[in-house]
Amino acid sequence: MNYTYFPGCTLYTKGKSFDDAGKAAGERLGFSLEELPSWTCCGATFPLAEDYDMALASPTRVLAHSRQRGDKLVTLCAVCHNVLKRTNHVMKTNDERRAKVTEFIEEPYDAGLEVLHYLEVLRDEIGFEAVAGKVQKNLSGLRVAPFYGCLLLRPKAEMAMDDPDAPSIFEDLLAALGAEPVDYPMKAECCGAFQVVHSDAMATRCSREIIASARGRGAELLVTACPLCQFNLEDRQAEMARGEQGFKGLPVLYFTELLDVALGGDPDRIDPDKHHTDPRPVLQARGL
Amino acid sequence: MAEATHTQRVLVIGGGIAGITAAVDLADAGHEVVMVERLPSVGGRMLQLSETFPTLDCAQCTLTPRTVETGQHPNIKLYPYAEVVGLAGEPGAFRVRIRKKASYVDWSRCTGCGACQERCPQKVKTNPFERGVGIKKAIYTLSPQAVPNKPVIDADNCRYLTRGKCRVCAKVCPVDAIDYEMADTFVEEDVAAVIAATGFELYPMAALGEYGYGTVPDVIDGLAMERMLSASGPTAGQVLRPSDGRVPRSVAFIQCVGSRDPENHKPYCSRICCMYSAKHARLYKHKVHDGLATLFYMDLRSTGKGYEEFLQQSTEEEGLVYVRGRVSRIFREGDKVVLWGTDTLSGQPVEMAVDLVVLATAVTPNPEQAELARVLGIPADPNGFFQEAHYKTGSIETGRDGVFVAGCAQGPRDIADTVAHASAAASKVQVFLSRLRREAA
Amino acid sequence: MRVKLDGDRVRNDRIRKVEEIADQSVYRCYQCGKCSAACPATPEMDMLPSQVIRYLQLGMDDKVFAANTPWICASCLQCMTVCPKGVDLARLMEAIRMLQLRKGQNQIEIRAFDRAYLERAPQIAMISAYRKFLSLS
Repeated sequence: MNYTYFPGCTLYTKGKSFDDAGKAAGERLGFSLEELPSWTCCGATFPLAEDYDMALASPTRVLAHSRQRGDKLVTLCAVCHNVLKRTNHVMKTNDERRAKVTEFIEEPYDAGLEVLHYLEVLRDEIGFEAVAGKVQKNLSGLRVAPFYGCLLLRPKAEMAMDDPDAPSIFEDLLAALGAEPVDYPMKAECCGAFQVVHSDAMATRCSREIIASARGRGAELLVTACPLCQFNLEDRQAEMARGEQGFKGLPVLYFTELLDVALGGDPDRIDPDKHHTDPRPVLQARGL
Repeated sequence: MAEATHTQRVLVIGGGIAGITAAVDLADAGHEVVMVERLPSVGGRMLQLSETFPTLDCAQCTLTPRTVETGQHPNIKLYPYAEVVGLAGEPGAFRVRIRKKASYVDWSRCTGCGACQERCPQKVKTNPFERGVGIKKAIYTLSPQAVPNKPVIDADNCRYLTRGKCRVCAKVCPVDAIDYEMADTFVEEDVAAVIAATGFELYPMAALGEYGYGTVPDVIDGLAMERMLSASGPTAGQVLRPSDGRVPRSVAFIQCVGSRDPENHKPYCSRICCMYSAKHARLYKHKVHDGLATLFYMDLRSTGKGYEEFLQQSTEEEGLVYVRGRVSRIFREGDKVVLWGTDTLSGQPVEMAVDLVVLATAVTPNPEQAELARVLGIPADPNGFFQEAHYKTGSIETGRDGVFVAGCAQGPRDIADTVAHASAAASKVQVFLSRLRREAA
Repeated sequence: MRVKLDGDRVRNDRIRKVEEIADQSVYRCYQCGKCSAACPATPEMDMLPSQVIRYLQLGMDDKVFAANTPWICASCLQCMTVCPKGVDLARLMEAIRMLQLRKGQNQIEIRAFDRAYLERAPQIAMISAYRKFLSLS
C-alpha cells in the first residue's frame, strides 16, 4: 500500500527522526509514504481571518496536487495536518471560497481528497490489532504519556479524529505496542506552540505544567505527534531546569520513534544529543 | 364531542407531586380518577428529596399526607407500577390501555411486612431511585412509607429470575405472595380527560465531556446529593464521598450544567438549580460545620417568594462562597477533584481542589416522554417537553382537546409552581367536564 | 476611576470590522467565563479572554487593542471547544491581531533571533510565528 505523503518544512531537517521512523515503521507495517512531488509550504497556521483567502492558496495547492495522485493524503506533522485538514474542510463546505482560491492558484480542486494523519492510518486503515501483531519488542511495562496537544483534536467537527475531552487514539496505539499509556489531565493542553518565538515564558510554563502532570501520573516517557510540541516539551526542559530547583526532566520522543523500536527498529537510531533528557536509559531498562 | 352517556372519569399519568395534587383536587371535587404511576409507589421525585427550599421543610413531611390521601381516597383508582400504552377514542370518551408491569408479588396477599426485602441476598447498586448513592435489594419498595407499601422484584437483578437459583423471598414470605411466573397484564379504562404529569429526569453526567463523562467518582448530580442529604435515605442524611465514604471537607456546587448551553447541551434555564444548589450547600454546612461550600454560578435566579431572601441569608449567615463563572474542566488528581473555573467579577481564573463536586445538571423530560406524546397524540417542544397550547395563556392545555399537562412535563418548575400548575390543571379539567355535561344535556 | 460608557462607541466601525474578519458576533457571548477558565495562557495575559469580548461589547475596543492578550493567544481552541454559545474566540483574537498587523505593527523582530536559536528551533515554529506576528502578507 502506498500513500501520498506531505512531509512539510520541518520533517526533513529538525524533525528528521520523526519522518525517518515514520517511514521505517510504515514499511514494517506494509505501507509506503511517497513524497508528494514539488510540494509547497502548508502555511504553518490555519488562517482564522475570514477575509484572508490568500492564506488558503498554499495549502489548497498542496491539496490539488495530491488529488491528482489519488484520494488520500497522509501527514505526520500535526501542524501541517491541522492546516491541510481545515483548509480541506473549507474547500468541502464553502464553494465560493473554493472557486476563488482555485481560480487564483490556477489549479482545479474538487475537494475530493481525504487528509489523514499517520495515527489515523494506523487506526483506520491498518488497524491497531494488525499493528499489535507486528510488534517485535513488546513495550510491556513502559509507562508512556501520549501528548495530543491542540492541533490533532480541535476543532472537533473539522478534525474529526477523536473526542477532545477524552481522546483515545494515542492510548490505543501505545496499548497495541504493549506499553502502558499514562492518563494525565494535561494531555490535550497547549504546549505554547509558536508562542515560544514570541513569549517563551508562556511556552516554558505551559510545557512545564504538561511535563509535571505526566510525571505526576508516573510517566517515564512522553511521546508527541508534532515537531512544535516536541521542541517546546523537549528543548524547553533546559529552561525549566533553570527556573525550578529539583526539576526532573522527562524524555520526549516522537511517537514514530517508539513505534519503530517496538516493530523491531534499532533503538540506537535515537540520538541522545538531540534530547535534553536522554530517552535511552528508560528504553534500556525495559530491555529495548 | 362525545355522546351523552360518557364518563366523567379522569386519567392522571404520573404520581409525583403534580399528579397527586391534580388527582386529589379532582377526587375531592367528586370526580373519579384513574392514576397510573410507572414506579411501584406514588410520590415521584419529591420522594427522593431531602428538605425543600426556601423553608427547609422535610420533603417527606410535606409529601406523605398527600401520598397517603392518594392511596386511600375512595375516588382514586391507583395503578402503580404501570404505564399508559394506548389511548383510543376521542375527547370526552377516551379508552386508555394500561400495561401493569409484572411485580412478581401478589399484592392482594402481601401485607407489606418487609421480610422479603430484609432477607433478599441480592444488593443492587443501579436502582435509579437511589442515584448510585445507596443500594436496594432485588425485591424492594421505594421507601418505608411507600404508598402502596408493596414490594416489586427487580427482574434484571433477581437471582432466581436471572440464574434460576435462590427463591429466598418466596421462602420467607409468610403469606405466599411471591409469584415468579407473573407476567405483564393489560387493562383498559374509560376516561373523559387526561392529565399528563410525568415529571422530569436530570441530564446525564455521561454527556458532559469536560466534566469527565460521569467517570470521576466524587462528582455527583443533584438528585444523588438529595439522596445523601435525606434523613431516610441510604446514608441516613450523612454526606459521604462515593469513592471512600469519607466526609468531604470541601464541596463545590456547579450550576448551569448542561442548561443554558445551546451549543453543546440544552438551551433553556432549568429554573430550580440556583435554589437547590444553595439549599444543598446550606444543608451540607449544617452537617459539616467547618466544611467549605463553594458555588460556581453564572447568574442567580431567585424569583419565587422568599427565594431571594434565602440566597442572601446563604452568603450572610451560612458562609456559602459564590464564584461567578462557569467551570471549564473537572478531573481527578490524587484523592481530590480539581476544577478549573473563573471568577469573572474579580477577573481571575481559579483552580480549586475539593473533595466532592455536585453538578446541578439540566432538568430534562423523562426519556419515556417522547413515546407518551405519541400515544397521547400531543406534540412535544424541541426540548422534548409537552408543547402547551399557548405560551402565556395556555400552559395547561395541549394541542389536543381533553388532554392536559401539569408540572415539569411541560417545562422545568419548582415544587410551589408545580403544585399551582397541577391544581390549575385539575380546575381546567373540571371546566372541560362541565362543558361535556352541558353539551350532553 | 470611573470609565465613561460612550453609547457612540458601542458597535463602532473597528468593532464591526473585528466581527466581520472573525465572522463572529461579540453579542452572542453572555459572559459566563468558561473560555477564561479553559484558556491555558491566562497567566501571561493582562486581560482575560472573556474580558476581551466584554470590552468589545461595551465599545471599549481601545482597551482591547492595548492589551497583550490577543498576542499571547496561541489559537489552541480550548475556548471555542467549551463555549456554550458557540463563539469562536480564537477568530476574534485573530481579527484583533490582523487589524494591527495590517497597519504594520509587527510583534517580533526576525533579526533579533540569534543564530544558535534559529538552528535549534524547528522551521514550523518560526513560520507559524511569522504568520501570527509579522505583517509580511
